Amino acid sequence: MKRVLPAILALAAALGAEPPSAIAIRGARIVPVSGPVLERGTVVLRDGLIEAVGENLSPAPDVWIMEGKGLTVYPGLIDALSSWGLPAPASASSANRIPQAGAPPPAAPAKGPEDRPSNTSWLRAADLIQPSDRRLEEARGAGFTSAAVFPTSGIFAGQGAVINLAGDRAGEMVVATPAGLYLSLRSGMNAGFPGSLMGVIAYIRQSFLDAGHYRAAQAAYQRTAAMKRPAYDRAVEGLLDCPRVLLPAGRAAEIDRMLRLAAELNLKPVLYGGHEAHRAIGRLRASGAPVLLNLKWPERDREADPEQKDSLQVLEFRDKAPSSAAALARAGLPFAFYSGGVERPRDLRKAVKKAIDAGLAPADALKALTLGAAAIYGVSGRLGSLEPGKIANLVVTDGDLFEEKTKIRYVFVDGVKFEPAVETPGEAAR
Amino acid sequence: MRALAVAACLWWVPAGAAEVIVIRNARVLPVTRPAFQGAVLVRDGRIAGMGEKVAAPPGATVIDAAGQYLMPGIIDAHLHIAAESINEGSISVSSMVRIEDVVNPEDISIYRALAGGVTTVNVLHGSANSVGGTCAIIKTRWGKDAEGLLFSGAKPGLKFALGENPKRAGASPGRGTAPRYPATRMGVEDVIRQAFTEARQYREAWRAYETKKARNETAVPPRRDLKLEPLVEVLEGRRRAHVHAYRADEILMALRLAEEFGFKIATLDHGLEGYKVAREIARNGAGVTTFSDWWSYKVEAYDAIPYNAALLHRKGVLVSLNSDDVSAELTARLNTEAAKTIRYGGLSEDEALALITINPARQLEIDRRVGSIEPGKDADLTLFDKHPLSAYARVQKVLIDGQVYFDRDRAASEQAERERRKKALLEKMEKEKAGPVKPAPARRPQ
Repeated sequence: MKRVLPAILALAAALGAEPPSAIAIRGARIVPVSGPVLERGTVVLRDGLIEAVGENLSPAPDVWIMEGKGLTVYPGLIDALSSWGLPAPASASSANRIPQAGAPPPAAPAKGPEDRPSNTSWLRAADLIQPSDRRLEEARGAGFTSAAVFPTSGIFAGQGAVINLAGDRAGEMVVATPAGLYLSLRSGMNAGFPGSLMGVIAYIRQSFLDAGHYRAAQAAYQRTAAMKRPAYDRAVEGLLDCPRVLLPAGRAAEIDRMLRLAAELNLKPVLYGGHEAHRAIGRLRASGAPVLLNLKWPERDREADPEQKDSLQVLEFRDKAPSSAAALARAGLPFAFYSGGVERPRDLRKAVKKAIDAGLAPADALKALTLGAAAIYGVSGRLGSLEPGKIANLVVTDGDLFEEKTKIRYVFVDGVKFEPAVETPGEAAR
Repeated sequence: MRALAVAACLWWVPAGAAEVIVIRNARVLPVTRPAFQGAVLVRDGRIAGMGEKVAAPPGATVIDAAGQYLMPGIIDAHLHIAAESINEGSISVSSMVRIEDVVNPEDISIYRALAGGVTTVNVLHGSANSVGGTCAIIKTRWGKDAEGLLFSGAKPGLKFALGENPKRAGASPGRGTAPRYPATRMGVEDVIRQAFTEARQYREAWRAYETKKARNETAVPPRRDLKLEPLVEVLEGRRRAHVHAYRADEILMALRLAEEFGFKIATLDHGLEGYKVAREIARNGAGVTTFSDWWSYKVEAYDAIPYNAALLHRKGVLVSLNSDDVSAELTARLNTEAAKTIRYGGLSEDEALALITINPARQLEIDRRVGSIEPGKDADLTLFDKHPLSAYARVQKVLIDGQVYFDRDRAASEQAERERRKKALLEKMEKEKAGPVKPAPARRPQ
């Protein structure tokens, strides 16, 4: 039976018929995240949305039925900070290439904040999406159906978007934009200002002040007849009205530093990194700022000198990082996970398992990967749980999501079904 | 004094601050008063009483310091610890950057300084450029977060630098930095004069705006410029100027510049040739924070002499000794640095101790709170087993705000505990590495 439906769908496709507009998964274990688990339930999807979720549903006659016995249905997973679907940033080596005819000359070293170094805040991830990105398929194969994607080059990198991880056209994939402004604290990128961490922070502070001044000056110009016109500045336009700002903060001292900066500049912060969040719970509770936990847990550099002994500080940092998730969950604070430095999407669940082994309840892990992530970006009305009216993003497995042996059988993105490519041993060793 | 007490409520209040501590049987070296054998009473983080006999109220914690020496917590007016970056060397005027933004409360140097009896330090921006960044005065409250370290209520400072460092960075760009003006000493002077000129114009622009606003005219406020604001504060005496200068000619240049723009130089930092122009410095009123006997590590340090501090002091200059350290090795031995001025220059014991206590406190304008043992001051106290000017003296206890932050006995047991935890973690790591035999995760060829 399991094989029958795909066969019928394939046949339907071959005949040029439209794929079914309504599908029901019947008799499966349903984990809605927003409510209690249904041991034998049915989910009905229609026109890309979830139509119904329940135990004793009798779907309409036009609904294609999938038998869900032995399967578990979860909301599709969300990568809370990602570059899936976006073009790779220009690498350092390509930036240093000999300029070609017609290419803009390399920027002169910045002399101060006024030169707006490393600021591309006007970039929008939603405008950069490449539906053909091979990583989208890999991500779906790992159970991910949405991601908050951001440009990440520079200090003011650009505006993110929440996207679904499948679609024929880029525009169809966008769920919400702009999702926030991505900031980094990288210095020394252009041989000019800023050349230090404190330079970057001073630059960020001045830029947000400039943005406020820019708005006031533009408003005054609208009202005033004879007034020298203020200069147009796209670098600060990107700073205005961004719904939230993503700030890097891994260590406790960095979390503390970024929260103080955000409070001073009146920003709505979302911290990313978070490996020492377990040491900053008090601060985080006071601020209410969500934390995005990098699933690339710190580990000893493989190239490190084996004779070199790590300090206690470093050892504890590595040992305790995965316990940050449990600490945040215990405190009832908003958090989500992101792929960060994890290269292959299929390793992500294993990384989440580390947080579970360090004390995180599996239900909290699931929430962080679904509804928790959606709530941070203000899209919990659309994504993150199995509820009528929500976008039909699902992941269907043959067991518990966090069991190592569990296979992902299907994912649904906007109600469209995808089957992960069967992983052959040869492929795994690729 | 009442204002001070009210402000105290806003400062960070140490845990157990209500505790009363009596340090008894000590040889007390208040620095600003004659030494005596007796006791110091600490209440609510402050020095509440002192004398040959002090009645210990019931419930007070008694520290018996028989045979030991109690002095005010040592103050270092110039170093570079506890910060995640020191120089914004990309530009010649970087007064928008703040050490306060990058305080790293986990820098082990804080503990090192504390263990050397140092309780207050002025963390400065480096000397890579003519106008550096703003400074942070912190107390070495090891274990507190960045805000908990700050010496709140202290007037802020700004770093300036003359001579080899700012001009060298201009002439031969370092790795990854662009060539930068200035490349000469006169260029440095020009950059600073230009910066203050812009700061004056900036202040004028704001004044013009305030006037317009007061007349109800529509006016857009000037753009706030975080680079010029600290310079305006220096001009208005609301921010201290710390001027890195070695050579006598440059010291005079700095004094002339300060007189031209009407601001006060809190300290000439290093000032190794200060002895050559001691009278001029004294007349200007600038302080000098210098080294004991560090010499010849670069060309502009060739004319340094170990008598510098004593000669300046005798001419009426407010002098302190600093470590300029990035890792607090020298910071932790400032007591022996002070002792050298007795050998070179014949200062008295109190004069020598003043170089690392009340004098830097006066230079940093925090002398109402720290720098000597006097009733009403913060209970920042260092207990040595021998006279602090002895090379054999070792710090036994350090109190900040009346709380014991360092205790040599406790430190030994804490060290053992840390070793145990480290061993356990290393064993766990080995076990995980050996682990259940699993195929190594496949890695894509790089």
